[in-house]
Amino acid sequence: MPETIGFLKPRQAVLDRRREIVADLADLLPEGGLISDERGLKPFETDAFIAYRRMPLAVVLPETTEHVAAVLKYCSRYGIPIVPRGAGTSLSGGAIPQEDAIVVGLSKMSRTLDIDLFNRTATVQAGVTNLNISDAVSADGFFYAPDPSSQLACTIGGNIGMNSGGAHCLKYGVTTNNLLGVKMVLFDGTVIELGGKALDAPGYDLLGLVCGSEGQLGIVTEATVRLIAKPEGARPVLFGFASSESAGSCVADIIGSGIIPVAIEFMDRPAIEICEAFAQAGYPLDVEALLIVEVEGSEAEMDATLAGIIEIARRHGVMTIRESQSALEAALIWKGRKSAFGATGRIADYICMDGTVPLSQLSHVLRRTGEIVAGYGLRVANVFHAGDGNMHPLILYNINDPEEAARAEAAGNDILKLCVEAGGCLTGEHGVGIEKRDLMLHQYSRADLGQQMAARAAFDPQWLMNPSKVFPLEGRPAA
Amino acid sequence: MIVHFEPASEEGIASVVRSAAAERVTLAVVGGGTRAGLGNPVRADRTLSTRRLSGIVTYDPAEMTMSALAGTPVAEVEAALHAKGQMLSFEPMDHRPIFATTGEPTIGGVFAANVSGPRRYVAGAARDSLLGVRFVNGRGEPIKAGGRVMKNVTGLDLVKLMAGSYGTLGILTEVTFKVLPLPPAAATVVVSGLNDAEAAAVMAEAMAQPVEVSGASHLPESVRSRFLDGALPDGAATVLRLEGLAASVAIRAEKLGEKLSRFGRISQLDEAQTRTLWAEIRDVKPYADGTRRPLWRISVAPSAGHQLVAALRLQTGVDAFYDWQGGLVWLRMEADPEAELLRRYIGAVGGGHAALLRAGEEARGRVPAFEPQPPAVARLSERIRAQFDPSGIFNPGRAAALVRN
Repeated sequence: MPETIGFLKPRQAVLDRRREIVADLADLLPEGGLISDERGLKPFETDAFIAYRRMPLAVVLPETTEHVAAVLKYCSRYGIPIVPRGAGTSLSGGAIPQEDAIVVGLSKMSRTLDIDLFNRTATVQAGVTNLNISDAVSADGFFYAPDPSSQLACTIGGNIGMNSGGAHCLKYGVTTNNLLGVKMVLFDGTVIELGGKALDAPGYDLLGLVCGSEGQLGIVTEATVRLIAKPEGARPVLFGFASSESAGSCVADIIGSGIIPVAIEFMDRPAIEICEAFAQAGYPLDVEALLIVEVEGSEAEMDATLAGIIEIARRHGVMTIRESQSALEAALIWKGRKSAFGATGRIADYICMDGTVPLSQLSHVLRRTGEIVAGYGLRVANVFHAGDGNMHPLILYNINDPEEAARAEAAGNDILKLCVEAGGCLTGEHGVGIEKRDLMLHQYSRADLGQQMAARAAFDPQWLMNPSKVFPLEGRPAA
Repeated sequence: MIVHFEPASEEGIASVVRSAAAERVTLAVVGGGTRAGLGNPVRADRTLSTRRLSGIVTYDPAEMTMSALAGTPVAEVEAALHAKGQMLSFEPMDHRPIFATTGEPTIGGVFAANVSGPRRYVAGAARDSLLGVRFVNGRGEPIKAGGRVMKNVTGLDLVKLMAGSYGTLGILTEVTFKVLPLPPAAATVVVSGLNDAEAAAVMAEAMAQPVEVSGASHLPESVRSRFLDGALPDGAATVLRLEGLAASVAIRAEKLGEKLSRFGRISQLDEAQTRTLWAEIRDVKPYADGTRRPLWRISVAPSAGHQLVAALRLQTGVDAFYDWQGGLVWLRMEADPEAELLRRYIGAVGGGHAALLRAGEEARGRVPAFEPQPPAVARLSERIRAQFDPSGIFNPGRAAALVRN
């Protein structure tokens, strides 16, 4: 397809020294820590935002913080761009490299360093997967709360880079609310530690700034996260509705009533059909919209909370209510939801949007989204975190049809503008990456963006860290 | 406090800042002035107050968010929220009792100092509730960061940076924050007669139970009688708060009491006592003693709080109680702040930080009120400060304390 999103022009001086750079990097890393042949580089040319790809100059796979520091120090000396990478599951192109860049992949840094149940913290290397943290403490009755759908593969380092969310953050918050500390390497190889096992840190909240900075402020190599005691029980319940509007207004009323379930997930008819075909989760197929509402606590608490939710759902004409009867059923319900993107990928290519809107705008934005996508002659499936207004319309298209791909991208841009106009934002949890970079001026003024870029410059004055991302390529300060 | 500027609009503030920056006139930024004791003394040419920038801008209970101008009194914000059955989940402390200040704390001040109370342990700090801000930077430019939705990763999170920057990076003009429903019921389980180390273990045990403890504090015998007018049972009191639906709170209190009965005598406080007690813990009642005796707020790993206090007791006269499962230590010194000793010991028990909240004039001028930063972090903080306030006109003394090593 014709590329509408640009990358920075590769630095010729870097490309010209390719051979030398590769040789120098080899000296800094242990055996097997450097990839520079075309076949080896291929898997690193894109992430889960597959419409765009670039071959990096080389990939390094450090095993220690010192390796990362040595590589960054070298690259800053010679002005070589760096693109950090966890598992490469970014949906916004956050890990897509560029021709003059060194990809720093954290996959070999996958050790759990400390589990401290007294203080309820886990300290892990950045390449540890999200799910591994919960698995490591599950038997002791704890878990790590943020749960992106890609949690089987995605790494904690990537989660910190993108401030990842998930279905259960309605109650437990996103990555930034569950992160206590990091060890990180700055662009010039300086190693710093922010935070720790205490609940707050002195000075400016640099940890809060680093979380969600999309690899532009440095490379996180270790993280300390909070662990939470698992609830006594959890029960997802399915609520089927005759229209997306009634499901949407039901969500606003549940939240408005003072009940905060652990999760409220929304699926429209196309999404229900796709996920049911994949997971056989028992989703009702005769409804236009489905809510998965999860409550937790003791049996009595879950019953009491559910009674309140059911009463509200009835006022919105709920058609079917189905409670999971067993742990297996509950697991299937979540499997269906969490495999939504993968299952959609089996039937079509898609672009996944990620705008967040105020809850009162949910129904309006859903309706307008349908109209916008239909206006471009395409189909859309909606599956998202309704409780916090974080929408994920999946625009279905054929990636091999350049004209259709262009229409899908245009529809996506219109939807994101709609989200901003409705009082929301471009991205709730997937990040700006390259995908939404050129839309930033819809949400922020030049002065607003200028202040963000100034904060960035305090960390990376040479603009070497993940340089093609987040900020529009025009209007950047001179490095 | 002499106030020189009291603009009634964001543009008014921006214009004052632009002239101040041009003339290198330094500004002390204040809200209600009730927390002016936080950090080292500010020595500025002029004072700028946000007091007249006041009022709730938008509040839709169904959205669970509120926007308010920075100078809005906290009391006005809380009254509006309570009328709709909602609250600030992070329970901001009122600093007036310990500082013996008067006036009205403002919502801007709460976020500028990231003021968070007992529920911070489970519900996050002020910074976790803050969704969006408007502020005027040191160039006099009005800047917007964040927004009004619950999830937002669009660009760098300047909202976090502004929270807890004590007015040294910009002047907050408007804040948008998340609110939560008021819990319909609350109770407190009291375990009596534990020493500090035992209490730390009991609090850790309680937090590991699936009963959603929303406050875990230990009140040693030296302070116990200062709470609830002496109504807590004899002996040190380890107090654990439960909140939620009435039926569920009762069941959880029962379960927790049973689980902990092997450690000490168990009793329960009713809802009214619970509300009073936790407000007193939040506002550090035992040390609101009308004196200038040095008061430290120390943040360490929960397992380290009692170790730190035990070590200090061997060296100097201290009194202390604990919040946040033992990780937040309120410590009053008898005479000198003993900053060097205290900070050395914090390092020895695994790290954390100490902020000197109150001390005599001489000590406040001499002791770094905020924990000195490691050199690399201090340099980074200085660069950030320079990017927000290039002329260095905001809160000069306090800014130096935040960035220096």
